[in-house]
Amino acid sequence: MISFLQQNAFWIITIVKIALLLFIVLTVNAYLTWFERKVVAHIQSRWGPHRVGPHGLLQPAADGLKFLFKEDPTPAGVDQFVYYLAPFLALTLSLTALAVIPFGPDPLPFKILGEQVYLWIVKSDIGLLVLFAITALSVYGIALAGWASNSKYSLLGGLRSSAQMISYELALTMSVVGVLLMANTFSLQGIIEAQNNAKWGFGALGWNVIAWTKNGLLFPQVIGFICFFTSAIAETNRAPFDLPEAESELVAGFHTEYASFKFAMFFIAEYTAMITVSCLATILFFGGWLSPFPPTSFWTFTHYIPSITLIPFGLWVIYDGIRYETIFGKLILPAVGFAMFAIGAVLLAGVRIAPLHTVNEFIQPVFWFTAKILVFLFFYVWARGTLPRLRYDQLMNVGWKLLLPVSIANVILTAGIILWRSHS
Amino acid sequence: MVPTHYYLILSAVLFGLGAVAFVFKRNIITIFMSIELMLNAVNLAFVAFSQAFGKVEGQVFVLFVIVVAAAEAAVGLGIIILIQRNRQSLNIEKVNLLKL
Amino acid sequence: MAESLVSPALLTFFVLAGLAVLGAGSLVLQKHPIHSALSLIVVMVSLAGLYLLMGAEFVAMVQIIVYGGAIMVLFIFVIMLLNAGEEEHTDFSQLAKFAGLPLAFALTASLAALVFKPDAGVPAATQAFIPKATEQISSMLFKEFVYPFELTSFLILVAIMGALVLAQREKK
Repeated sequence: MISFLQQNAFWIITIVKIALLLFIVLTVNAYLTWFERKVVAHIQSRWGPHRVGPHGLLQPAADGLKFLFKEDPTPAGVDQFVYYLAPFLALTLSLTALAVIPFGPDPLPFKILGEQVYLWIVKSDIGLLVLFAITALSVYGIALAGWASNSKYSLLGGLRSSAQMISYELALTMSVVGVLLMANTFSLQGIIEAQNNAKWGFGALGWNVIAWTKNGLLFPQVIGFICFFTSAIAETNRAPFDLPEAESELVAGFHTEYASFKFAMFFIAEYTAMITVSCLATILFFGGWLSPFPPTSFWTFTHYIPSITLIPFGLWVIYDGIRYETIFGKLILPAVGFAMFAIGAVLLAGVRIAPLHTVNEFIQPVFWFTAKILVFLFFYVWARGTLPRLRYDQLMNVGWKLLLPVSIANVILTAGIILWRSHS
Repeated sequence: MVPTHYYLILSAVLFGLGAVAFVFKRNIITIFMSIELMLNAVNLAFVAFSQAFGKVEGQVFVLFVIVVAAAEAAVGLGIIILIQRNRQSLNIEKVNLLKL
Repeated sequence: MAESLVSPALLTFFVLAGLAVLGAGSLVLQKHPIHSALSLIVVMVSLAGLYLLMGAEFVAMVQIIVYGGAIMVLFIFVIMLLNAGEEEHTDFSQLAKFAGLPLAFALTASLAALVFKPDAGVPAATQAFIPKATEQISSMLFKEFVYPFELTSFLILVAIMGALVLAQREKK
């Protein structure tokens, strides 16, 4: 038994990693919907979900149960195979994109079954191209859903959505070429490593957004980042580019005729695409898992930033929970707060206790990566709550006449500056 | 490692199936798709030979074939849209004005 | 575990090749053009898998992005917009059915037989992958093949203009 495990260690570890990643991503998706509803509500001066569980934290669970138990009508005259294929395709493609995303540089500090366990599922030399391939294929989920529903609204919504997605794919791809020119590799790990040589070792300056490396100032990829993020918002059909799924426009666009679980699959696919794009934005432009502080000995106190954020936050959750209205809240919130406080304290204890020190060092890159992803997810939700929707022809104009020429100009400028630097 | 002639036989089979679809189908779009299938079969043969000889020229040529196929698909589908507009049918037997 | 007869590479090849042949067969046999288009997408993705198996990773990704993500999307858009329905049954010459299919098999079999000859001129591959294929492709595209590369950009421009002109509505 043990020898069987040890001989197939690679496969077993990969399957376990995939299961764990799916579990984590689906949970993050669920709480991302909570986060979005809360933030948009607070932007609009109202509360958002606050009844189901303390602070509405069990709302995603209630939504999930609702999706499972709701009636699932299939409209008449649909093409059965394509109708069932479309949400499955959308969900599968969105979740597959997470396989190439690296969450941290170092393997786990201990060996499992004799193998080093890295924090990614696939390390590929063409990781970025794999992500673009999956983005290109995800147009099908929407186009086929719109067509298979045998309804005019769905067909128009599906055609508009997919036309928007393929238009913004071009700007998305071109805005990344500047980063590729600076990193010389398609692999995501390599792109992060290429941002590791900041001037004076000050981490944040080496990120592609600023690009002040030890060899001098390359072209800061600010324009590239703005083009990338705008195209990504359009690519994932989120506000302000969500006309094809806006309720007042085309009922619900391509997912009008999809109910309960199939709609949930589209929903999860959209939020997972948001997470993937946020991961990609941090990896390409903001240094991925690199800390913004220098690695010199003076700055080792920044290694305790996770603890410094978790401990007061945990204490605040305990304080809030004790004074909460419902009994359930009075029980759960202090428990959650105490768990956060305990994790923060354990990480802080790494100052003195050696094994906890390795844990703290291991958590560092993952913490910075997660923090940056959360910042981008907040930007997504902020844009949804604040900006008005673009009309469809304005949307297509922005994609073709503004973003595409600007991203091509970014490529030309970056290439020119790199060429000039290598000559001088 | 997979022997090269396995890939070449697969390429031949796909090409044959593309040729069958080209001859026997009546919908213009399906005929056009069978042309794309034949082009794909040829691409597979190119990449197989590139691996066999250890040189990348085969893969470079595959990129050119893909680009040409894209351009051809764009223009061809434009023509198909025109045919549908003029003949109100996508049946290739209706596009027979030049028949004697 | 004992060494099996079928190595993982060979097993992957048969799975992907089977998928490709099934997709191509489905393209021939399906009545509705959208099902044929979906079968062709299956063929293209499995061919991309085969390219990855041969170590041609850049070509595999370009195949998925361009062929699977752009050209086939164009096909599906046209099928949706023209509302192509299922194929009607029309008269077919019996000669085509009875002589055509065997001839198609004969064509495929003769092509395959040519390949199986021992001195077919195909050398055995010395290595499983070409190392740094992407770098070599890019250097070749911009050094030896730069002229065809720039010509393809003109080709695409001409194709865009042609498609625009063809799809215009008549000016009343």
